[in-house]
Amino acid sequence: MSDMLTAAFLSALISGGILAGMPLLFASLGETISERGGVLNIGLEGMMLMGGYTGFVVTLYSQSHWLGLLAGAGAGLITALLMVVFCVRLGLDQIVVGIAILIAAGGFTSVLQRAQFGTTYPRLDAMSAVEIPLFAKIPVIGPSLFAQPAIVYVGFALVAVLHWVLRSTNMGLNLRAAGEKPEALDAAGVSVTAVRSIAALSAGAFAGLGGAYMSIVGAGIFVPFMTHGAGFIGIVIAMLGRGRALWVVIGSLLFGMSVSLTTALQLVGITVPIDVVNMLPFVAVLVVLVIFARQAYLPAALGLPYKRGIR
Amino acid sequence: MTNGTPTHIETMTSDLLQADGVRAGATAGPIGPAVEVREVSKAFPGVVANDRVSLAFHHGEVHCVLGENGAGKSTLMNILSGMYKPDSGAVMVEGREVTIDSPRRAIELGIGTVYQHPTLIPVFTVLENLMLGEGVGVRLDVEGGLRALDRFAKTLGLEVDPHAPASRLALGQQQQIEIIKALWSGSKVLILDEPTSMLTPQGIEELEKVISQLRDEGLAVIFITHKLHEALDLGDTVSILRGGRVVGSWGPDVVKTKSRSEMQALIVGAMFGEGAGSLEDVAEVRDGVTGRARRRGLPNEPVLELVKVSVEALRGEVGVHEVDLTLRRGEILGVAGVDGNGQRELAEVIAGQRSMVGGDIRLCGESIARAGVGRRQSLGLRYVTDDRIGEGTVGTLSVGLNLVLKRIGEEPFWRGGRIREEAIDQAACDLVEGFDIRTPGTETRCGTLSGGNLQKVVLARELSFDPKVVVYNKPTYGLDLKTTLAVRDRIRDLAESAGVAALLISTDLEEILDLSDRIAVLFRGRITGIVDNAPGVERHVGELMLGGDRGD
Repeated sequence: MSDMLTAAFLSALISGGILAGMPLLFASLGETISERGGVLNIGLEGMMLMGGYTGFVVTLYSQSHWLGLLAGAGAGLITALLMVVFCVRLGLDQIVVGIAILIAAGGFTSVLQRAQFGTTYPRLDAMSAVEIPLFAKIPVIGPSLFAQPAIVYVGFALVAVLHWVLRSTNMGLNLRAAGEKPEALDAAGVSVTAVRSIAALSAGAFAGLGGAYMSIVGAGIFVPFMTHGAGFIGIVIAMLGRGRALWVVIGSLLFGMSVSLTTALQLVGITVPIDVVNMLPFVAVLVVLVIFARQAYLPAALGLPYKRGIR
Repeated sequence: MTNGTPTHIETMTSDLLQADGVRAGATAGPIGPAVEVREVSKAFPGVVANDRVSLAFHHGEVHCVLGENGAGKSTLMNILSGMYKPDSGAVMVEGREVTIDSPRRAIELGIGTVYQHPTLIPVFTVLENLMLGEGVGVRLDVEGGLRALDRFAKTLGLEVDPHAPASRLALGQQQQIEIIKALWSGSKVLILDEPTSMLTPQGIEELEKVISQLRDEGLAVIFITHKLHEALDLGDTVSILRGGRVVGSWGPDVVKTKSRSEMQALIVGAMFGEGAGSLEDVAEVRDGVTGRARRRGLPNEPVLELVKVSVEALRGEVGVHEVDLTLRRGEILGVAGVDGNGQRELAEVIAGQRSMVGGDIRLCGESIARAGVGRRQSLGLRYVTDDRIGEGTVGTLSVGLNLVLKRIGEEPFWRGGRIREEAIDQAACDLVEGFDIRTPGTETRCGTLSGGNLQKVVLARELSFDPKVVVYNKPTYGLDLKTTLAVRDRIRDLAESAGVAALLISTDLEEILDLSDRIAVLFRGRITGIVDNAPGVERHVGELMLGGDRGD
């Protein structure tokens, strides 16, 4: 067992964990915003696929990773407009609309991918890593943690920003009120529709960014349905994180590592069948849910449309 | 609220400044009304909720708007607070015609509202609740909020922990926070919609103090209620709404000069129109409450016996501890007590909805401690819940189905697993008529009925099919006077003519004194005493309600 603690194993585990965990982080941050505001975004994975495909295509033609990531976030945001119109404004069932978005986005991106590239899967160049001086020299964790593409640092910065917004701003207070008791927010003179629209759109942008990270930075290619349930794991992480940004980070990285564990094991000579690899995140979800589900907290008005005067 | 305006709200609107200017002159001489509605009408599908309502609300005055449920009080309030738009008519604030098209606009115009349903967010702290929607800029101004809260608390003489979650406060305290919230951005008009419906007697007393304080500060207080004595106690001006119209309005010149009983006669006349005479002897209208004489000659035949019944206290409850009660045939045993002293636990353990940790319950001599809810039901033990919307009825089902809800699968409504619509419809029609349920039909969705009619549905279901013992938990809570009286009559009739024993749990002492033969008092889950109901007993009961005199 001492092999498992080698430097190679650990740095593979950590860097792999970040690689696989970042999309989850973006998606679950988005879901956190959305859920805090009372909008349950089941279509998260659909928005990730839209962001993944759009980001990939834009990067392929513009040769700019950043433009691609931005386009991915934009595509997620536009997809989330459906949530805004149907759920926030018209008050339709959030779960039904979410599932519709999920299925439609999956089909839409596959068709486009097929039509454009046939059965070829063009590859993107890897996004260059940015080393943080000094920190990157730390043995074992240095190279894996502090020599990452810049978008990874942006991701962690977003965590801090979201944490601050939720805790210490008027917007954060409004957002939490919209999820807990929208009629109180309305009575206080703030538009519930506006707050929830912002929440849903942010969720879309974050999910799109997560999808774009997956295709541009993570895989370098776009394959139909490449998210493989990442959106749903993101929803689980957001729920278990109980709306706290820091817990969302920990959750995402843990799930990411559960994926990279097999790669790391291969490095030290233990081969694991690919089916087990694909299964691991979901086994992790089950285990975590069994252990922690009772601690999950959901806002009181989550998933409930708000209409003034109807109590 | 001269020194209560939070300084951190920097963007005072011109309306507020103007309001301030006018109010500064309030002490100098008579001025125009703070808020006025002129010929305001509002119709909903099928009903005219407000029909050319004209009323004026003045600074430094408590204006009680009195009316039955459905008289249009809440509609009027919602128009003033920006929740509804009137169909026609004008709303004037400080003499200028305004359009209040959103709650935000109402707040800007200086109209603060305390709604009937709590609007505090349970998981937010007191301070977070108060600061919701009030902040300008990006950051939450916690220090400014704390300073403002401190000032309000001092002005109103309240003690508040700003960092306590709202859910941890008692209902009375929560309401005080709601009042502070309504005044937070410097309101000059405070609307209170049925503010006493959730409060204990002590809570009501404190509320009255706060209201007087605010009136003396020069606020215009609009106090909406359906309780006559509250209007008499608090109102400087009293206005009556009936069927969406103003049917009477008396200013301070009348209210202050006439005696209480004269005012009462005026108000009762306006509220109920002709035929109000029969209501004169009603407890609500009577001056001073007193016990009614205990009926003699009740058969000494116990139907329900509780022997050292104990219930575990769940979170936030007191539980029930070794309660002994005996209920005889035809008897009404009142259970008095301040809300939250184990009433719900007691009711539910008898109904079988909660498990006992000790003791025994006997129905007609046989133990039912191990019997489930359905078994107790069919043995003739019935429970009228205090949660008529959540637990008593299913809002999305028809009135007819709600009436047979506890007989699912039984003949004659079901046969061979199939529902028999005609049988249900037939029974439902009889019950709707017998219990005077006002519904468009038996097919109507139950959730669309008013509170009073919902309660009638619950009563009709529980009191039909041969009841022996009925546990009533706050049977008239939140109902208007007419329905309240009808419900009380039914409880009394059933006990007297059919010999149905009643355990009447109520936080309304008047009601208990009006109906009971004996009164048991519940305090922190224990019975602190059982007394015969007789004139003059209320003082003793009051002492027992506060836990004193345990050796009785």
